[in-house]
Amino acid sequence: MAEAVDLKAIGTRPVRPDGVEKVTGRANFGADLSLPGMLHAKILRSPHAHARIKSVDLSGALAMDGVVAAISGKDLPGGGDLGVNILAKDKALYHGHAVAAVAARSAYIAEVALDSIKVEYEPLNPVLSIDAAIADGATLVNESMHTNGDTSQPASNIAAITKFERGDVEKGFADADVVVEGEYRVPTAHQGYIEPHACTATINEEGKATVWCCTQGQFDVRSMTAQCLEMAVSDIRVIPSEIGGGFGGKTTIYLEPVAVKLSAISGRPVKMVMSREEVFRATGPTSATLCRTKIGAKNDGTITAASAWLAYEAGAFPGAPVGPGCMSVLAPYDLENFAIEGNDVLVNKPKVAAYRAPGAPQSMHAMECTIDELARKLDMDPLELRLKNCAEEGTVAPYGPQFPAIGLKACLEAAKEHPNYTTPPAEGQGRGVAVGFWFNIGMQSSAEIRIAENGAVTIMEGSPDIGGSRASMCLMAAETLGVPYKTINAHVGDTEATGYCNTTGGSRTTFATGLAVIEACEDIITQCKQRAALTWELDVDQVDWQDGQAVPKPGVNADVKPLSLADIARSAGRTGGPLLGRASLNAQGPGASFSVNWTDVEVDRETGKVDVAAFTAVQDAGRAIHPSYVEGQMQGGAVQGLGWALNEEYIYDANGVMENAGFLDYRVPVTSDMPMIDTQIIEVPNPSHPYGVRGVGETPIVAPLAATSNAVRDALGFRINDLPLSPPRVLEAIDANG
Amino acid sequence: MGDYAYAAPSTVDSTVELLSNTAQSGGRAQVLAGGTDVLVQMRSVDREPRLLVDVKQLAETNKLSIGDEEIYIGAAIASAVLNENAELKGKLPGLIESADLIGSTQIQGRCTIGGNLCNSSPAGDTIPALIANSAVCHIVGADGERNVPVEDFLTGVGTNCMAPHEFLLGLRIPTPKGRTGDAYLRFIPRTEMDIAVAGAGVRLTLDENGTCTEARVGIGAVAPTALVVPDAAAALIGSNVDEAALNAAADACSAAASPITDKRGTVEYRTKVVGVLCKRAGAIARDRAVVA
Repeated sequence: MAEAVDLKAIGTRPVRPDGVEKVTGRANFGADLSLPGMLHAKILRSPHAHARIKSVDLSGALAMDGVVAAISGKDLPGGGDLGVNILAKDKALYHGHAVAAVAARSAYIAEVALDSIKVEYEPLNPVLSIDAAIADGATLVNESMHTNGDTSQPASNIAAITKFERGDVEKGFADADVVVEGEYRVPTAHQGYIEPHACTATINEEGKATVWCCTQGQFDVRSMTAQCLEMAVSDIRVIPSEIGGGFGGKTTIYLEPVAVKLSAISGRPVKMVMSREEVFRATGPTSATLCRTKIGAKNDGTITAASAWLAYEAGAFPGAPVGPGCMSVLAPYDLENFAIEGNDVLVNKPKVAAYRAPGAPQSMHAMECTIDELARKLDMDPLELRLKNCAEEGTVAPYGPQFPAIGLKACLEAAKEHPNYTTPPAEGQGRGVAVGFWFNIGMQSSAEIRIAENGAVTIMEGSPDIGGSRASMCLMAAETLGVPYKTINAHVGDTEATGYCNTTGGSRTTFATGLAVIEACEDIITQCKQRAALTWELDVDQVDWQDGQAVPKPGVNADVKPLSLADIARSAGRTGGPLLGRASLNAQGPGASFSVNWTDVEVDRETGKVDVAAFTAVQDAGRAIHPSYVEGQMQGGAVQGLGWALNEEYIYDANGVMENAGFLDYRVPVTSDMPMIDTQIIEVPNPSHPYGVRGVGETPIVAPLAATSNAVRDALGFRINDLPLSPPRVLEAIDANG
Repeated sequence: MGDYAYAAPSTVDSTVELLSNTAQSGGRAQVLAGGTDVLVQMRSVDREPRLLVDVKQLAETNKLSIGDEEIYIGAAIASAVLNENAELKGKLPGLIESADLIGSTQIQGRCTIGGNLCNSSPAGDTIPALIANSAVCHIVGADGERNVPVEDFLTGVGTNCMAPHEFLLGLRIPTPKGRTGDAYLRFIPRTEMDIAVAGAGVRLTLDENGTCTEARVGIGAVAPTALVVPDAAAALIGSNVDEAALNAAADACSAAASPITDKRGTVEYRTKVVGVLCKRAGAIARDRAVVA
């Protein structure tokens, strides 16, 4: 598609349509719903990280005054691993694994009643690290798990191994003048969304359920809940609330089938709200990882070979984001020889869930640190080294496809010229550079455009708004229709109110749902031209749509006034009925987004504390529909990445009990920890989108980990390979290095 | 939460009576000042129902006086109020800064030094600063009033010397006289909204030659209770509070520390950093004393 020119709405920064509701506290989030007669349910969780469940006796709880219903794992028939994660069946697989649930008149009664449930456990040895999981003779998290399903081999904690290879790696390393390698560990990190998971469910005597919840994808909640309860998707309606942060963590479910089941037993609505502690102990963080990386290069900086061995903790069920980790680890580079291996490793910890560019920050931390060491060995500027080897349009990505137009080189060149880069770091500070990448996804979206009788535009679509997407949809509609932004509103429909839409994730919404909105607007334009032609008694191909109005095409002899959208809407009853545009699609060509980040840090050599003095993010957005929200994504991702680099980690005791299950000791950054995150948006349009959009939401979290590590390396004069760069770790390293 | 009861007596006597009667009848009363610890604990770690006895309505717990010999800070005065008192801040900048470290701006409107002390966390930020300032707890109960130095008030992690019928009325602090300065520093991995990994408070007095004549050092988060460190004070007294003296005081703090390894830091880390904090706080206190 052609590059759009003379944009009027796109690229402006209007107030978001959902803004007033949110800043005034009117917007309803997951826990805000109350229904008459509603019960409150609480979950009993395993005190063991690994144990066989010999029996669950609910009778003590059921006998209590105020308790209405109770269930255990056997009451959830389906859902496979998902169902077992929601309520444990034969084994408790991590500390905090849900074992039973109670619905009662109040949340307090439900919680007290949990103490009256008798569970007989046979504790087993917990598997708590990658090293322990892959060691010979390791205890098995799942006795029937065989790597890649190969039952000819013994059972293993490695659920799957993924490989990407090209060329001759050994020859490439042999041809190198310089080879650097390293081993890097990144800890478990939580998405840290402020809103805990919450839902309310009710099911009637016909077996029709309604679920209200905070989610990134109401259609996935519907299908997952249906699987766990062995219901038809069409018997469940899911109504998404506003969402207080998700970052990938709200693309799966924990509570909904339990609430529906308890509602079915009690005949009353059931509400469930997790505590912060439950969120930490039992919802998906992202993987702790162990990565071994190696790069060989000629003295001029040309990379001759690269390899990466990646192991990602999946938690207690297969599904670590090691595939995306493999896809990303060398994506910025144009390589003849490489070998990438990814291992999906089971441990007795919560099942991991998506977290912003799932898997990429960890593997790219390792590789971008290794690239930094290579630049030091070669005495090359780290941007120059990357420019010399960077992927461009036509490069075949390590994971297969050939890149269309991409913005990595443009980002690197912009960084090189940026005053924040050309100015050296302040005295005593160190600077670190890293590249980030996310491939982005497309997938299915639907959109409907309704025109009110005054010409106002309503967009109905299915992507929960986690990053300002309603504003972006309105801007793309304003641009396409040629009408003012303020005449448009966008709504996120429930599963009965809008067409099917994949979950908000993979940075797909502005791209894919945006495409659907644009196509639905084009449908409206087509209809408006037909209505105008009818009104003017012209042929439809004699009518144009310009600046939000139907006009006769140049050269058409018609003495008529242009008809605005409002004019056509007002008389729609006489020209065929209400105006309703729609589109549904499976979007292709999402367009990868690359970034370059650099940061200046200062290290207190007596306390080991790392202060971030400056941070700059440059990223290719393809086209920034609402630049403030693009910058917001870049800044938010940077802050999450910096938090992960500096302090965030799950701390477990020897029994697999998380010791820091709260925001006091799981340290996300506070505002005063952060400098202003400087941003520069690069626009290399995505050829697969009419306005050039690339997803921008995930790439920003990828580079900060390595950029921070590299900056601390620069400040200290030696490298600390593992994250987080928390004060005790940094001070210990300073003391060890004299 | 279960069913709670709440009372806000208007006199010290009726407060003591309520506490005594509740204790005698086997009930559980909890004194409430700002509530910034109590309300959180009620919703998380300790949800057992109880009688909340609000002491914010008492004139005595709201008394603030700055005399020639003694500064009196009522136990229920919000930190924000103390922080806005220029005279108090001028006299005890280190103590007021320690109170200002508690929580967010919103929390500052409610939290109190008295509550921070009575919560008796090893990591309470005001406690080392109170110790450095020789603060004495003014306690009232069924047996009348008594005065207990802060370092003796604390008996363990989350415990103190008060009986169930007693509560804290206020804190008595010797008024600093000329060329005296105090300072408190804590280490946290963030910049705010965090709990001390280690903390150190120093108050010292200099003579005309810059020689330290009096010093007190308190440390926090490195033992079951905050501690007074006489050896650190001894290292400063008689010196010009130069680098050598500060290093010696730092070593004394490290030697006095008996921390644990936990999610917030290791033994080695806390032992070293408490010394670093003493050294840095000592330098600030010295610089304040010079201009006082």
